[in-house]
Amino acid sequence: MAKRIDVSDLDIYYGNFKAVEGVNVSIEPRSITALIGPSGCGKSTFLRSLNRMHEVIPGARVEGKVVIDGQDLYGSDVDPVDVRRQIGMVFQRPNPFPTMSIYDNVIAGVRLNSARMKKSDMDDLVERSLKGANLWTEVKDRLNRPGSGLSGGQQQRLCIARAIAVQPEVLLMDEPCSALDPISTLAIEDLMTELKEQFTIVIVTHNMQQAARVSESTGFFNLNGVGQPGRLIEFNPTEKIFSNPDQKATEDYISGRFG
Amino acid sequence: MSTSTQQSSTGSAAPIAAPQPGGHRKLPSWAPWAAFAVAAVVAAVFSLATSWNIVLFVIYTVVLGTLGTYVASRVVEGPRKATDRLVTCLVVSAFGIALVPLISLVYEVVRRGAQRFDAEYFTASLVGVIGEGGGAYHALMGTLIITLLTTLISVPIGLMTAIYLVEYGSGRLKRSITFLVDVMTGIPSIVAGLFAYALFVLIFGPGIRLGIMGAVALSVLMIPVVVRSCEEVLKLVPNELREAAYALGVPKWRTILKVVIPTAIAGLGTGITLAIARVVGETAPLLITVGITNATNFNPFDGRMATLPVYAFYQLTQPGVPPENAIARAWTAALLLIILVMALNVVARLISRFFAPKTGR
Repeated sequence: MAKRIDVSDLDIYYGNFKAVEGVNVSIEPRSITALIGPSGCGKSTFLRSLNRMHEVIPGARVEGKVVIDGQDLYGSDVDPVDVRRQIGMVFQRPNPFPTMSIYDNVIAGVRLNSARMKKSDMDDLVERSLKGANLWTEVKDRLNRPGSGLSGGQQQRLCIARAIAVQPEVLLMDEPCSALDPISTLAIEDLMTELKEQFTIVIVTHNMQQAARVSESTGFFNLNGVGQPGRLIEFNPTEKIFSNPDQKATEDYISGRFG
Repeated sequence: MSTSTQQSSTGSAAPIAAPQPGGHRKLPSWAPWAAFAVAAVVAAVFSLATSWNIVLFVIYTVVLGTLGTYVASRVVEGPRKATDRLVTCLVVSAFGIALVPLISLVYEVVRRGAQRFDAEYFTASLVGVIGEGGGAYHALMGTLIITLLTTLISVPIGLMTAIYLVEYGSGRLKRSITFLVDVMTGIPSIVAGLFAYALFVLIFGPGIRLGIMGAVALSVLMIPVVVRSCEEVLKLVPNELREAAYALGVPKWRTILKVVIPTAIAGLGTGITLAIARVVGETAPLLITVGITNATNFNPFDGRMATLPVYAFYQLTQPGVPPENAIARAWTAALLLIILVMALNVVARLISRFFAPKTGR
């Protein structure tokens, strides 16, 4: 199910502004890849270009190639909606649908796409997804209550359950823990290590300890100055990045000597 | 844990334990009332001495009471507190002034309208009525039918325009639509009526009067209101929800239909209801397009219809002999209109309460 992502010579623009330049990277299946770097260096932009979510912003476009198991995401015959069905995303702020119950939130991906499904299959899917997101025991008695009544950490796990319920091949996470307390963060990190058995996970984080804890590979993004495009400075196994990085900039950033 | 609690409790106790000596005398809480009571007595004496006039009496009381309170507070409490009391008096007076027309209007309409607020008024039309009796059943039905038609025309157009503006529109087209909607908001209602009349004259020839013409004229007035309020409400739906739906592989149109509109439904309902309330009392366009009749006509596509505002207008301006009966009917029509608008406002409140997304803790 998990798939490999190959990115070559990727430039990302917002209108005339080049936000990210020349990214070459290949992301292994069934692993967690972390992206770190200072704010505004294009990590999130790069992440969103992996499932064509950045196209939601007017004027955004991409040059280069993103290939997932041989399929070019930006091919002319590819429908962005299909891409997003294969590549799920979890956002910085938990965003369950406020009009829906916990149950409906989990199967939102199925129901909003109006796929037909038997009631018993839906029940199974909800239970499986919530168990997958380590939320089942906490909410199994109140599946019909609104999703917005949960705590922040629970809401974020509900969003993860919602994302894995559509059975994507890749899971993108854009700072999923930045709005959460350490205990919820721990719960989500544990969850990520479980999920990587099935999915390819890419996570953007500002928390370097988090990157060191959960990821197998780490990419460091940086920009040379304001108005310059962000670049992928270094991409290496996490251990190497945090002990003996190739680039001086990476070392400076990681050791806090940046800027 | 316990030490920190102790620290914080001693820390917070410290400033309370040190009251500042002097300079904090306060007027008793009854002082402003007393000042205004004295002012009322003085004003009464003063206006009795000249000539009794309720308006002058109230003005004297408010001015003298405010001055008295200010001076007393300035002497006892100091300039800072005195200014506070002065501004409080001014704001309360302004509130009172704003309330005067509202209360006087409601009081007058209820007092005069209650006279004919009876069963016959709601069941009879004006067919064959000279003098006493008669009712506004035909006008009430006409207003309801025409308003319903107006809503059926305006809501789809207005809502879809708002969705276009918020979800799809960009660049010059969006700006020009917004501009035109703003212009439409400012169209005088009589012009809307003339527009509808001219439109139907082109098709059916001069002298035409139809209920649907009134609905078209009112739609011209209602559409911009619907667009504006729906646009504001749709803008309030957080972008994160749209992104969440896109990230699940939901197409845009389905996201709008299943996520954006359900999230905003309370606000949309409220906005539409208030837009209906805005047009239900329009007189001028209906005067031109729908005309008036004494008989009940349920068919908006065939001939004149009566509506409450136009009914009130004709009962007042052409009351016949003796005029009292028709004028009483006009007041009751006015009362009915106020009740209709109030009911619509209550409905709007209920919609926003019951359809709002539940947080359900």
